[in-house]
Amino acid sequence: MEALGSVGKRVPKLDAADKVTGRAVYIQDLKVPGMLYGKILRSKYPHARIIHIDTSKAKKLLGVRAVITAEDVPEVRFGLMKDQPALKGQKVRSYRDEVAAVAAIDPQIAEEAISSIEVEYDSLPGVFNPEEAMKEGAPLVHEENKSNVLKIPWKLVEGDVDQARKDSAFVAEDSYDLTWVTHCCMGTEGVIADFDLRNNLTVYRNTQIPYLAQRDFNDALRAMGLKGSKSRVIKPTIAGGFGSKLDTYAFEYIAILLAYVTRKPVKILQTREEEFRYTSTRQPAIVNIAQGCDQNGKLTFRDISMTLDNGAYTSWGATTPSVMMMPISSLYKVPNVRYEATCVYTNNTWSQAMRGYGNPQATFAIESNLDQLALEAGIDPMEFRLINANEPGEITPQRFKITTCGLKECIWEVGKRLEWEKRKKGAKIEGRGIGMASLIHVGGGARVYKSDGCGTIVKVDDFGTVSVFTGATDIGQGAETVIAQMVADEIGVMPEDVTIIDNDTDVCPWDVGVHASRTTFVAGNSALMAARKVKEQILKISAGYVDRWKDKEGNRHETKLDDDPANLFVRDRMICSATDPETKVSLGKILRGAHYSQGGTMIMAEHFYDPDNENLDREFKGNLSKTYAYGTHGVEVEVDKETGKVKILKYIAAHDVGRAINPMLLEGQIYGAAAMGTGYALTEQLILEEGKVMNANFRDYKILTAKDVIPVEPVIVETMDQDGPYGAKGIGEPGCVPSAPAIANAIYDAIGVRIKSLPITPEKIVEALRGKK
Amino acid sequence: MKQVISFVLNGDRMELEVESHWTLLYLLREHLEITGTKPGCESGECGACTVLVNGKAINSCIFPAMEVHGATVITIEGLAKPSGELHPLQKAFVEHGGVQCGFCTPGMIMAAKGLLDENPNPTEDEIRHALAGNICRCTGYVQIIEAVMAASRTASQQ
Repeated sequence: MEALGSVGKRVPKLDAADKVTGRAVYIQDLKVPGMLYGKILRSKYPHARIIHIDTSKAKKLLGVRAVITAEDVPEVRFGLMKDQPALKGQKVRSYRDEVAAVAAIDPQIAEEAISSIEVEYDSLPGVFNPEEAMKEGAPLVHEENKSNVLKIPWKLVEGDVDQARKDSAFVAEDSYDLTWVTHCCMGTEGVIADFDLRNNLTVYRNTQIPYLAQRDFNDALRAMGLKGSKSRVIKPTIAGGFGSKLDTYAFEYIAILLAYVTRKPVKILQTREEEFRYTSTRQPAIVNIAQGCDQNGKLTFRDISMTLDNGAYTSWGATTPSVMMMPISSLYKVPNVRYEATCVYTNNTWSQAMRGYGNPQATFAIESNLDQLALEAGIDPMEFRLINANEPGEITPQRFKITTCGLKECIWEVGKRLEWEKRKKGAKIEGRGIGMASLIHVGGGARVYKSDGCGTIVKVDDFGTVSVFTGATDIGQGAETVIAQMVADEIGVMPEDVTIIDNDTDVCPWDVGVHASRTTFVAGNSALMAARKVKEQILKISAGYVDRWKDKEGNRHETKLDDDPANLFVRDRMICSATDPETKVSLGKILRGAHYSQGGTMIMAEHFYDPDNENLDREFKGNLSKTYAYGTHGVEVEVDKETGKVKILKYIAAHDVGRAINPMLLEGQIYGAAAMGTGYALTEQLILEEGKVMNANFRDYKILTAKDVIPVEPVIVETMDQDGPYGAKGIGEPGCVPSAPAIANAIYDAIGVRIKSLPITPEKIVEALRGKK
Repeated sequence: MKQVISFVLNGDRMELEVESHWTLLYLLREHLEITGTKPGCESGECGACTVLVNGKAINSCIFPAMEVHGATVITIEGLAKPSGELHPLQKAFVEHGGVQCGFCTPGMIMAAKGLLDENPNPTEDEIRHALAGNICRCTGYVQIIEAVMAASRTASQQ
C-alpha cells in the first residue's frame, strides 16, 4: 500500500504557492485596526547606573500615545533565571538594555519620540571577557549575586579520566575559541499585543514556542496585577527561526505594557540593525580539550572544560552545555569522559539557542582535536573514525540508548565520494586537502522540559477532506507538508486533501515548541496516531455499508462493503474491500452518511504523543532522545597560500535520517544547514568591541550569497528507525554541526596549519602560515 | 514635498500623490497595502524588496517612489495569471524546493525574472551573479538556482 502514498516522495511544500505569489502573511504584513507603533530606547552604555530619565519632550509630541519607563509600569521579569525586567530602572548591564518605550500613531513619530528622551547615566567599568569576569575584583554585572559566575554547575563524569589518560598510548590536547554568530532570519522579529475589554491578551508573534510563550505572557499578566486574564498566541507565517525565537524577549513584554497603557493594539517590529544588535546570539565558548587513544587507535578518554560568555542576562544560552554533553559523551565510543562548563556574566550581548544548540561549538573542538590525535597515533583520520564509530545497540557514557545508527555508513559514503584512500595514498596536490567530521544529535525529540509532547486533532469533513490541528510550528522547514503527507498516507487520501491548522493557541493542541529537530519525529508521530484513530472510526462506520446507485441507463445497483472493518482499507479517497477489490465506495459518501442520519456521528480523533525519553538526572545522564541522528561531512578545499582564501571544491553531507519522508525538503534542510555551517566556519562573526556590535548590517556581517554557493552533495542514509513515524528521525539542526571541523581538517590537510578559532578568515590562515615558516 | 505621479503597476494604471521621502517599498506596502514585496533590511543589502521597474530589478527599499513616474512596475503580485496559473518561475520555485521560509522568495523571483527577461538562457554562473544581491538564510541557494535553471529551460521550450 505504501508505494501508492506520498511518503518518500518529493512533494512540494503546501505553502509554497502562497509564498511565491506574495500571499503569505508575515508579522511584517500584519496590521490590526487602530494599531499603534512601539519603539524602544536602549542603553547608551554597556554598564551604567541610570540617574534620571526625562521623557517630557517625547510626551508632548503630536501623535505620541504613551511613553513608559520602569517607573511607570509594573515590573515584568522574564528569562530563564528571571534576571531582568522588561524595562530597566536602576542599572543597565549591556547596550541591549531597554530603558524607555513609546507608542505612537506611526513609526516615524515613535522614532522621533525615542530620540527626544534624555537619560542621565553614571557609567560603570564593564567586563567583556568571561575569563576576566571570573577574576577577583572584576566589576560585577549583577551585584546581588556577589560573583559573575552563574550558579549552574554543568558537570558530567563517567569512568576515570585521569587514570585513562595515564594509560593512553597517545594524547592530543589543545584549546579552541568560538565567537558570536547570529541567526539572520530574513524576516525580523516582531509582535502585536492587543487587549480586549476583559483584559484578555492576544499576541501576534513569529515564535517557535507558542505554548511556552503563552505561559510566559500569562505570568506577565499576573505580574501586571491582571488576575484571571488569559493570553492567546497567534502565529503569522514565520520567516526563519534557527533558535532565535525559542524564548520571549523584552520587546514582547514592552508591547504588552504599551498595549495595556494605551488600550490599543501595539506593534513592535525590529529593524534589521536592531535584529543584529539585539537578537541573542549563539554563545561564544573557550574550549580546552584533551583526548587519548590506545595503540590500536581506540579512544580511551575525552576531557573538556569550557568557559561560556553568558552576556549580561540569562536566556537559553546558559543551558547549551546540556546539549554539548551529547557529542562530548556520545560522539564515537569513548569510555571515560569528563566535562565541566562555567557560564559567566559579562556586559556583552546575551546568548541563546542557535541551530545545533551548543553542538556546533563542542563538535568543532572534538572533531578538530580528533584529527590531531589521529596524527599523533599515526592512523588515517577516516580509519580512526571508523575504529571508534558508534553502533546500534550501544549505551553511551551519558546513558543514551542508541537504537538505529548509520554513522559508519555515513563515513563510508563520504570516503567513497571524496576518493579518500586514493587521495591519501596518491601524490599530494599542492594547496588542496580533504577532511571530514561527524555528528550526533537528538533525532527523536529531546526531553529538556518535563514534557516533550505534541498534540494533534484530526477531523474529517463531509467531503473526505481532512483538517489537522497540530501544536507543531512551521518555520519554513516544511513541518506542515511532512505532517500532511503522513496523515494523507495513513488515512488513504492525497496530501492536497489535508489542511494543516497550526497558528493559534486557542484552536490547536499543545506542543513544547519547534526545537531539537523534533517536529517530524514528535509532531509526526502525534499526527500519525491521531490519523490512525480516525481511520479506525471511518472503517467502523463503513463496515456493512450498502451503497445504492444508478448507472447511466438508470439501472439500480447495490454495493455492499464487507461487514468486518478488518477487511476494509482506504485508498485514493475510496473505501475498498480487501476481500473483493472491485467493491468500493467513496469516502465522502460514507462521511456524509455519518452526518446525515439519526444519531449521527462526527469523525474526529485526538492524540497526544510524548516519547518515553528521559530528562537528564542530577549527574546529567539519561536517555534524552528516543533516537539519535548521525552524519558525516567531508570536504575538499583549495587554499591560496598567498591570500589565505579558501575555496570549497567538494562538499559531501551524509546523514542518517532514519527515513526520508520528503527527500526534496530534507535535502533543502541539508543544503541550508551546510551553508550556515560553512558561514560559521569561514565568514560569519558578530564583532563586539567593549560590548558594542560593530557590524550590524549585511555588508559587514557576511553570510554566504548565491555567488558563494557551496557544491553540497547530500547523501541520505536510511536506517528505518523503529520509533520514528514511517522510520524518520530529525534533520533540522544536524546539517550545520560538522561543517566547521570538516573544513578546518581539510585546511590542515591542505597547508599543514590548524586554525583553532572561528571564523577561519584569510588573515588567520596567512598569519598561521607565516608562523609556520 | 508632495507630487502626483502616474505609473503602471502590474498592468493597472495608477495616479496618486506621493511624498518626496517615500521609497517605492513604502508606497507599495504602507500606502497601497500590497505586501508581497518584503522588507528585509530597508537599506539595499538583502534584496527581499526586489521589484522590476521598466524591466530592471531594483531594491525598492532605496528607490524613491517619485522616480516611478511614467514607469512600468511589476511586483510579485503581477506574475501569476488572473486565473491563478503560476508564472514558470513561480512554478519552478514550488517544484524544486526553492522556497523554505519564503521571505526572500518574492525578491528572489523578481531578480530571476529580471535576468531571464534579458538573458533567457543563462549559465549557472550568470544566475549566481544575478542573484548575488538577494540573501537567503534557509536554502543555501542550491534549489533556488535549480529552479531558475528549470524555469529557463521551460521558457525556451515554449
